[in-house]
Amino acid sequence: MASLTHETIDLQSLYDMVATPTAGAIVTFSGVTRELTQGRQTESLDYEAYAEMALAKLTELEQIAKERWPIEKCAVVHRLGHLEIGEASVVVAASSAHREAAFLAAKWLIDTLKEEAPIWKRENWSDGSTEWVHPGLPTGDAP
Amino acid sequence: MRVCVKLFAAVRDIAGDEKVELEVSSDADISAVRAALIGKWPQLEPYAQFLNFAVNQTYATAATRVAADDEIACIPPVSGG
Repeated sequence: MASLTHETIDLQSLYDMVATPTAGAIVTFSGVTRELTQGRQTESLDYEAYAEMALAKLTELEQIAKERWPIEKCAVVHRLGHLEIGEASVVVAASSAHREAAFLAAKWLIDTLKEEAPIWKRENWSDGSTEWVHPGLPTGDAP
Repeated sequence: MRVCVKLFAAVRDIAGDEKVELEVSSDADISAVRAALIGKWPQLEPYAQFLNFAVNQTYATAATRVAADDEIACIPPVSGG
């Protein structure tokens, strides 16, 4: 099940969501806000989404993952709003009878959502400047 | 016709509004919407080639035709995760 939340992500609830009696493996991945990006110091981050489309896209990716690998269940939750350093911005969970499928599906889910989900983060740098992160774009935020 | 385009992140900040109206021809496609957007906010010119669009919450191509009641969104390069 895919969701977007403004609250702290509860890792255990994602784990419980994918646990089944026949699953012998549960993989969870947490994407966590990082203090340093190429030597620059981040104070905090803000995430925003085109919520309706992001939710539809995450749900679609879960469906594709289930078709592509023999997983029992999978779940994705993405945080929105203001995050301090060390908080989880995204958690992906997948369960399968044997570990290979859960690892592969979880990795594909996080890799693909980073490329396709209409979600953006804004770096609030420690020097007081802010910058939306748009990979590939020349930034307008000259140091 | 007049179409409504949702904006996000840096594009929204530059245009100063999360939802803008653009005037395009009745047979307009996404490339025409993009041109109208850049025409109205020339500061977006450096972004032009990087901007994707969605029509009714599905990624569109430059040739995707739009209608006045479509939900159109400008999707700059994403950075979730």
